[in-house]
Amino acid sequence: MRRTIVTVAVNGALLAAAALTLMPLLWMLSASLMPAGEATALPPRLVPSAPTLEHYRTLFTRLDLGRALLNSTALATVVTALSLLINSLAGYAFAKLPFRGRDRLFAVLLAALVVPAQVAMLPLFLELKALGLVNSYVAVVVPGLASVFGIFLVRQYALGLPDSVLDAARVDGAGELRVYTAVALRLLGPILVTLAVFTFMGTWNDFMWPLVVLADQERYTLPVALATLAGEHVQDVELMMAGAVVTVLPVLLVFVCLQRYYIAGVTAGGVKE
Amino acid sequence: MRWRRTAGLWFVAPALALIAAFFAAPVLASLLLSFTDFDVYAVARPDRLRLVGLENYRRLLDDSRFWLAFRNTAYFVLVGGPLSIAVSLAAALLLDARLARFRGFFRSVLFLPVVTTLVAVAVVWRYLYHPRLGLLNHLLGYVGVDPIDWLGDPAWAMPAIILLAVWKNFGFNMVVFLAGLQSVPARLYEAARLDGAGAWQQFRGVTLPLLRPTLVFVTIMTGIGYFQLFAEPYVMTQGGPAGATLSVVLLMYEEGFRWWNMGYGAAVAFVLFAVILALTLLQLMWQGRKLMGGPGMAGAAREERR
Repeated sequence: MRRTIVTVAVNGALLAAAALTLMPLLWMLSASLMPAGEATALPPRLVPSAPTLEHYRTLFTRLDLGRALLNSTALATVVTALSLLINSLAGYAFAKLPFRGRDRLFAVLLAALVVPAQVAMLPLFLELKALGLVNSYVAVVVPGLASVFGIFLVRQYALGLPDSVLDAARVDGAGELRVYTAVALRLLGPILVTLAVFTFMGTWNDFMWPLVVLADQERYTLPVALATLAGEHVQDVELMMAGAVVTVLPVLLVFVCLQRYYIAGVTAGGVKE
Repeated sequence: MRWRRTAGLWFVAPALALIAAFFAAPVLASLLLSFTDFDVYAVARPDRLRLVGLENYRRLLDDSRFWLAFRNTAYFVLVGGPLSIAVSLAAALLLDARLARFRGFFRSVLFLPVVTTLVAVAVVWRYLYHPRLGLLNHLLGYVGVDPIDWLGDPAWAMPAIILLAVWKNFGFNMVVFLAGLQSVPARLYEAARLDGAGAWQQFRGVTLPLLRPTLVFVTIMTGIGYFQLFAEPYVMTQGGPAGATLSVVLLMYEEGFRWWNMGYGAAVAFVLFAVILALTLLQLMWQGRKLMGGPGMAGAAREERR
């Protein structure tokens, strides 16, 4: 009897929590499909009377949000690809390739994690301005290419790789670069997927830096474009909800498909066996 | 063997060069910048730059807007942080309960807000918060709460932003806690039950002490993150009403990138950094001895010493 009550209480609480968590996202989706004006009707409607895609059409034709979608996709993909290469090289070396001062260097990198990115932002802007890169895609990309978190993630995983396998490749005459490309990269597979998901989402969702460094609307990423639209179209609730859906949906899909790897990254950062 | 030594250096070189050029150097330059009067005129003609020593920091102490931003940020960190962590822990305990069903499903759903784009959900919540037409006040109406002007009332604007932040972020720490909970050996609970401990006593006596290292890690990371409050007020309130949601980073953004007072903005950024650093060190010193369990940064540090 007591067991039944506890079961109902626990699962009821979970259900309520899930409903509250989903409510804003479901309302966003629902409102994006409502005819103009319906999302602000009284009493509030939860479901569109006649679902329509007109707001999505407006976004992609008149407001050119497709351009921002393209920018975000391209930038997040490029940053992900390059950062995988750069951070896996470094993380692997910090674990498996000894050199003088290596561990002290790694400790310094870890300490840098407490420095908020905003501290670097003003001089970084001036630096890129001096290089003539302000308002360019390159400026959005470069600060995200190497990440201490990424190096840390790969290193912790690489520590667990068996030396015997790496040494076997060396005995066969493989150089270190060959050992890395032919053996280590394959073994690092799972953590690289984790890092890829993190980097893609982080770049996609980033707001402050692209806001600072991009000036032309046609170069805006989705979050910056959406924030700008939200300022100009405060009254068009349904339109803004459609914009929010376009911005959020790609990362939600990535998460749903690859969540096992994403969660692995969260716990790897927080708890170490 | 010698080749192996240099190989490692070549492997880390690209990452180190990028971090040096686009992070370390700007951070150091930021400190220098904060000792100058770099303003909108200097953007065009850097030769007009003057060193002014600690003048920016002195002005900061007299600037009522800085203190307002500082108080608001402290409010967000000190109320929003613990609230987020409490919600995360509660959700993790629910998911970890032996009688919970469909754990994988619930975990994914509760985690969803974490991966959403902050700007997008801030836009959504701005409408949910609408005093007359918003869904939130409508739902609260059912339980007899009078309409609240969430984003228009200076007393409610920060709580509204905290609520959004808790919703957006609790899933992350929930998953961290869940991993911590699952590493508690089941025999400890059995032993406690044999000693006649109830659910609450088991939580106090077994769960909390063993979760302590995770808790310290989560507290530090949440604190560091919450001090950087920016996008929520930028999108939802622009720092208003009456400056009630002006955060330190928003102030830095406005001074540096809107008015081009970059010297002053850099000083704001450095004060933020100093506060974050001091609080992190305090936390580590205070709780440091208890970090022997291994998680997180302590685990990484321990790895180092070996």
